[in-house]
Amino acid sequence: MRLIVPLQSVVQGRGGLIFGSLIPCALFYFLQLYLKRHRSHNPQSSPPSPTLSSPKLAELTRTSSRSNLFSRGSNGQVRISSRAISIAKPNDSPYYIGLEKASEDPFDRFGNPDGVIQLGLSENRLCFDLIEKWILENLKDSMMGSDDGDLNINGIATYQPFDGTLELKLAMAGFMSHIMGGAVSFEPSQMVLTAGATPAIETLCFCLADQGNAFLVPTPYYPGFDRDVKFRTGVELIPVHCRSTDNFTLSITALDQAFNQTRKHGTKIRGILLSNPANPVGNLLSREMLHAILDFAREKNIHIISDEIFAGSIYGDEEFVSMAEVLDSEGFDKDRVHIVYGLSKDLSLPGFRVGVIYSFNENVLAAARKLTRFSSVSAPTQRILVSMLSDTRFIEEYIKTTKRRVRNMYDLFVAGLKKLNIRCADSSAGLYCWADMSKLISSYSEKGELELWDKLLNVGKINVTPGSACHCIEPGWFRCCFTTIVEEDIPVVMERIQKAVKSTTILSNSS
Amino acid sequence: MTQALYSRTRSPETEKEKGGGGAAMRVIVPLQGVVQGRGGLVLGSVIPCALFYVLQFYLKRHRKDTDEQNNSDSSSQNPTPRSSSYGNLSELPGLTRNWSRGLSSPRNLRGPVSVSGRVSGIVKGADSPYYVGLRRAKEDPYDELSNPNGIIQLGLAENKLSLDLVEHWLADNAEQAILRNGKELSISRIATYQPFDGLMEFKVAVAGFMSQVMEKAVSFNPSQVVLTAGATPAIEILSFCLADAGNAFLVPTPYYPGYDRDIKWRTGVEIIHVPCRSADNFNLSITALDRAFDQAKKRGLKVRGIMLSNPSNPVGNLISRETLYILLDFAREKNIHIVSNELLAGSTHGNEEFVSMAELLDPDDFDRKRVHIVYGLSKDLSIPGFRVGVIYSHNEEVLAAAKKLARFSSVSAPTQCLLTSMLTDAKFVQTLITINRERLQSMYAQFVAGLKKLGIKCIKSSGGFYCWADMSGLIRSYSEKGELELWDKLLNIAKVNVTPGSACHCIEPGWFRFCFTTLTEKDIPIVMDRIQRVSETCKLNR
Repeated sequence: MRLIVPLQSVVQGRGGLIFGSLIPCALFYFLQLYLKRHRSHNPQSSPPSPTLSSPKLAELTRTSSRSNLFSRGSNGQVRISSRAISIAKPNDSPYYIGLEKASEDPFDRFGNPDGVIQLGLSENRLCFDLIEKWILENLKDSMMGSDDGDLNINGIATYQPFDGTLELKLAMAGFMSHIMGGAVSFEPSQMVLTAGATPAIETLCFCLADQGNAFLVPTPYYPGFDRDVKFRTGVELIPVHCRSTDNFTLSITALDQAFNQTRKHGTKIRGILLSNPANPVGNLLSREMLHAILDFAREKNIHIISDEIFAGSIYGDEEFVSMAEVLDSEGFDKDRVHIVYGLSKDLSLPGFRVGVIYSFNENVLAAARKLTRFSSVSAPTQRILVSMLSDTRFIEEYIKTTKRRVRNMYDLFVAGLKKLNIRCADSSAGLYCWADMSKLISSYSEKGELELWDKLLNVGKINVTPGSACHCIEPGWFRCCFTTIVEEDIPVVMERIQKAVKSTTILSNSS
Repeated sequence: MTQALYSRTRSPETEKEKGGGGAAMRVIVPLQGVVQGRGGLVLGSVIPCALFYVLQFYLKRHRKDTDEQNNSDSSSQNPTPRSSSYGNLSELPGLTRNWSRGLSSPRNLRGPVSVSGRVSGIVKGADSPYYVGLRRAKEDPYDELSNPNGIIQLGLAENKLSLDLVEHWLADNAEQAILRNGKELSISRIATYQPFDGLMEFKVAVAGFMSQVMEKAVSFNPSQVVLTAGATPAIEILSFCLADAGNAFLVPTPYYPGYDRDIKWRTGVEIIHVPCRSADNFNLSITALDRAFDQAKKRGLKVRGIMLSNPSNPVGNLISRETLYILLDFAREKNIHIVSNELLAGSTHGNEEFVSMAELLDPDDFDRKRVHIVYGLSKDLSIPGFRVGVIYSHNEEVLAAAKKLARFSSVSAPTQCLLTSMLTDAKFVQTLITINRERLQSMYAQFVAGLKKLGIKCIKSSGGFYCWADMSGLIRSYSEKGELELWDKLLNIAKVNVTPGSACHCIEPGWFRFCFTTLTEKDIPIVMDRIQRVSETCKLNR
């Protein structure tokens, strides 16, 4: 940057002849190298998902000029943007196909006993009775504001701060710290509220990475990340494979390997995206591991996004440690850590659309606050939640009850699977278990896994999430969410699994 | 690299450079021979020299840009005009620019971790006077009793005139609406995951409301509705779906200051100004549209659509049926999209007839696919806090993409249930629309009359919560600088926050937007008093 000004004389002819050709030549060479690197890495890094074609557009206007030529001839139908074309395509991941199928034909014990049982959606319906009771009793006061029975319309109808009202941030900070056992305290001013954790993740991606940069993500990971991270931001996900032999625990070696490999391809890594408790496995990151990850991030100078949306949904005996807690004890280097939270899991209110970005980085917070104009929480909802979250008696009872009920369901469900000879990975959190059905698949491959998934969905009429949708490196693993059903459904589920499995074994035997 | 970048600043050299840049892309591979020594002596020095020259240019442009940003940083407190927004020099796409800069600098890995290049512009970029004023007015809001010296907010297009009606309805029906919706209590309808793009019942209710607001001239098909958390994300999603990064939209100026964020920030889409002038009562002319289109094309920008607001914001005029037809023809001829922002469709107060773009479209018209309508409940139902926006489109692909993108911006389920009930209460809705229109009309008349007494004339308008006032007689120099000086005085001396025309990219200096629906009638004399204080000193100084 600084050299340029003196060199100007070279171009204007005041430099020597040697400079005049040598230096430009060298520069030209570098320019070429730079362009070449781009060209070679682009096709290599564009797997089937065409989302990646959009980053190219931004970098080089090449594509735009090409489409200029195109449109000249075609004076027919107007086209949408190429980045939207790939999004508009029908779902291809079994995760979404299954979800759709189950929502079109939902199982109901009485109304639709032959419907599809939904085990693919991590939604907690075990404690709706408590929520319902609270809402019945408190809705009016909470939403309207009960001071003197005077309804304060100004607080809900008018424009509110896009990043959430201070009252809700306060209540949220209290709730988060409560959920995490009081081990951490959260500062409301470092909080940005969004319409769900989904936009929270997207907003962070915008803030931390540029188009064509990448995040490291331990696999198996939540299938939604592929949309949240990649759809609009043009950021790539680099899988860091975890294996069943380690109980799908992240290893720093694998992290390091993925980092170096990606670097070699010329992709810049801007951070690690963790989910803790992990989705879909349900295990937790130990305190030591968190320290190791933090060291790794420091060494590589990258960010950490810690998705702790299941922080309160712990049913095991293991202790959950938030990244925020580790930072508290370290006391420095907080700038690189960003926590994602939301009320969809721990308070089972996904319909309310409330997500949280908690960051220690002032710049990220400033940008995220401005970006919440595209994703703010509805004011009446904020009002309701302020009262609900500040009702400590209710919250305490709710947390205790959910924990008990989730634990109970987990035990029953895992025991049921065990009887079918299906083992699950050790887990202590989440609303699901991670089941090993590799013995039941006809070929030890993604194809075999998807065949079984298809049988489960169409013959067994249960929708589960196959490991391949979570980019699991080993075939045959499935995520089963057990909090969308009731106890009495468990035997039905087990029966159906058996039925589906039988139909596959018969097929594979006969063939 | 990017042709667009070169072609921006200097128009005389545009042609030449564009050729050079374009050639460079294609010529690179054969030229490899040159570098490896297989080329002639002349080529070996002349071509690299030329390229080096172009590269230098590119880098120089960058440096200048950083300086500009630093300057605006240090002076963000006393908002000095941020250089030229005239002459159609639409700002560079922050995205691409910052991105490449980010690549060239961070070799030294130690030191604090940086945010992405594309948001560093968002963080550092100086706010326009629109946002500065809004913030100031929020920090020190006027209140007749508790803060009589506070700032009166005339910069926010928010309607408080009919909030009492909404309040009344909520007090009577909210509980019933959220919890029961008919008969039985249904927690699973509000607590569980719902379709990201909105509940079907709510879409039906919104479609009905839209058609009621537009006086039944159009009927809207609920299955072509995608709901978002406000009209802001609706616009962003549409610009994402209709244009790729580096493409552009034609937008008539003056326009709503928020567009600079909604359309450009995350999508990398550019805005090409189509200037409208006071001589035409700020109506859009097809000549101007055509000229802007051609200019953009010359600059190598691909124009993907026109973004209209009708009723227009900030002027408040309506687009006539004839103009709408002409616009449609124009869009057909150029094969581009039309986004019609009809957020204020129900907030008309004149006698002019509002015509929705949707009304023009024949059921079997092939061209329907290029028209997309943006709507929301923030203005016509005066509930911006609820965050409900609408994308209405006939284009299946756009709908499919928008539905998926709604995952980033869905409306809270309790809000949807609440509003479903409210909007299906036909009697309430009709009363609200009628009364709101009456009150709007009366406030408009009083406010404009007040300004007139001070010698300030407004453009005749028929829609919106504001009037568009000509204060060019009061500015010291007929320029953006003069306009911002007056804005500053109004904000700091008179303590009223208004939106200066330059924040709306108006091509003529001295115009201001006054939103009068956040006031009550008895505030009007106070506002006029305060304006008078400033206008008198202005006249003295002249």
